[in-house]
Amino acid sequence: MAQTKSKKIPLTGDQAVATAMKQIDPDVVAAYPITPQTEIVMYFSNYVANGQVSTELIPVESEHSAMSACVGASAAGARTMTATSANGLALMWEIVYIAASLRLPIVMPVVNRALSGPINIHCDHSDTMGARDSGWLQIYCESGQEVYENTILAVRIAEHKDILLPVMVCQDGFITSHAVEGIQLLDDKKVKEFVGEYKPAHSLLDVEHPVTYGPLDLQDYYFEHKRQQSEAMKGALKILPELFNEFEKTFGSKYDFIDTYKLEDADIAIIALSSTAGTSRGVIDELRAQGIKAGLLRPRVFRPFPREKILDALKNIKAVAVLDRAESFSAEGGPLYTEIKAALYDSNIKPLAVNYIYGLGGRDIFPDDIESVFSDLSGILKNNKVSNPINYLGSRE
Amino acid sequence: MAEKKKSWKEIPIGGLILEAGNAKEYKTGGWRTFRPEKNDKKCTNCLFCWMYCPDSSIKVEDGKMAGFDYEHCKGCGICASVCPVKCIDMKKE
Repeated sequence: MAQTKSKKIPLTGDQAVATAMKQIDPDVVAAYPITPQTEIVMYFSNYVANGQVSTELIPVESEHSAMSACVGASAAGARTMTATSANGLALMWEIVYIAASLRLPIVMPVVNRALSGPINIHCDHSDTMGARDSGWLQIYCESGQEVYENTILAVRIAEHKDILLPVMVCQDGFITSHAVEGIQLLDDKKVKEFVGEYKPAHSLLDVEHPVTYGPLDLQDYYFEHKRQQSEAMKGALKILPELFNEFEKTFGSKYDFIDTYKLEDADIAIIALSSTAGTSRGVIDELRAQGIKAGLLRPRVFRPFPREKILDALKNIKAVAVLDRAESFSAEGGPLYTEIKAALYDSNIKPLAVNYIYGLGGRDIFPDDIESVFSDLSGILKNNKVSNPINYLGSRE
Repeated sequence: MAEKKKSWKEIPIGGLILEAGNAKEYKTGGWRTFRPEKNDKKCTNCLFCWMYCPDSSIKVEDGKMAGFDYEHCKGCGICASVCPVKCIDMKKE
């Protein structure tokens, strides 16, 4: 394969996303800065000011306006992006749902941060987990390299004619957004070719084919439009593999709905999103050296929920710990845990399952914490019983 | 009104309306509680009613007020209110 990637360049996760946006060169970006997303908008603003992109940058007065401007731009036929975090996403809320309902292929990098209150600027997944039912696809990335490449991939996912749904590309606030990592950049020309030219099916500016976006939709058809959304989301499960393949053929990076580490022959496993997976890999290596068959499952795509992939990955696992970096306050555990359990219910796969809420508000997750989870799993396996299904990892008792 | 409604596979996505000028297909006359009726003797054909009607439900022929489009008139009574010679009466349906 021809050289498609640069040598490693030191970039933060936010710089990597801004670089991806530069290479995508969207028609419109409407954004408002919020920690820890700020650097994305800051670097991208430089590209606009320096004439390195042709994007119309709309510096709005709030995130509600950012997403509103994105909806207007996307409906007008523009390839549209924004980026946000936490309370910014919360302020967008109303329009986040409208973007998905109007089937607008907006791509939004989200730098995961705890929702207030009390106010906190550090990483957890309470922001995007709250938006898990908004109708957006969600991809959770472990590293700067992954969030860089998936921001580019997300454009094709969102704009696919049989998907036409907005996409959130998530990374962990500060942990990857502000950590400098050696990132291999993709060739500008190849990225341009890969994302191609956006040809909207229905543009407000196409006066030859007038279209109305967002009319009143009452008892007689609203339900059918929601049905279309859910069928599109289910359909994405079938379409994404084609796009993963095309990305791999073009750039050499292999992505799937899930990522696993030493899971095939594992007895006990951790399921975790984003950067925590990296911490887990190191612990798994140590445990493997001691003869403990530990493994990792990292769901990358959370919406749509890749049920079959997850079940297949768990088929030989005897005890599993689901780590949630968000509390859902349901008294039934975190969102990842409840969805994994729901998927297991009507399958023949019945590992012992336990939930750990962890890392809220940026509380560090150390290798020792991961090791304690695996130690608990060994105990659960020995006793063949989960005595305490919902746990709080790293919270002082 | 008894037309068969379309399935989710047969309608444009996202609630989009892909043709212009189709609001007239939505009959709103059934919303009416009071119907406007005109006293022809008093009418001066000033067409204030036509200018003010929010639903384009005043019919005009040869520059003269020619009645109401009862399929779309919602009975708001603005025409009766603005008529300078009070020749439009609102009658209970």
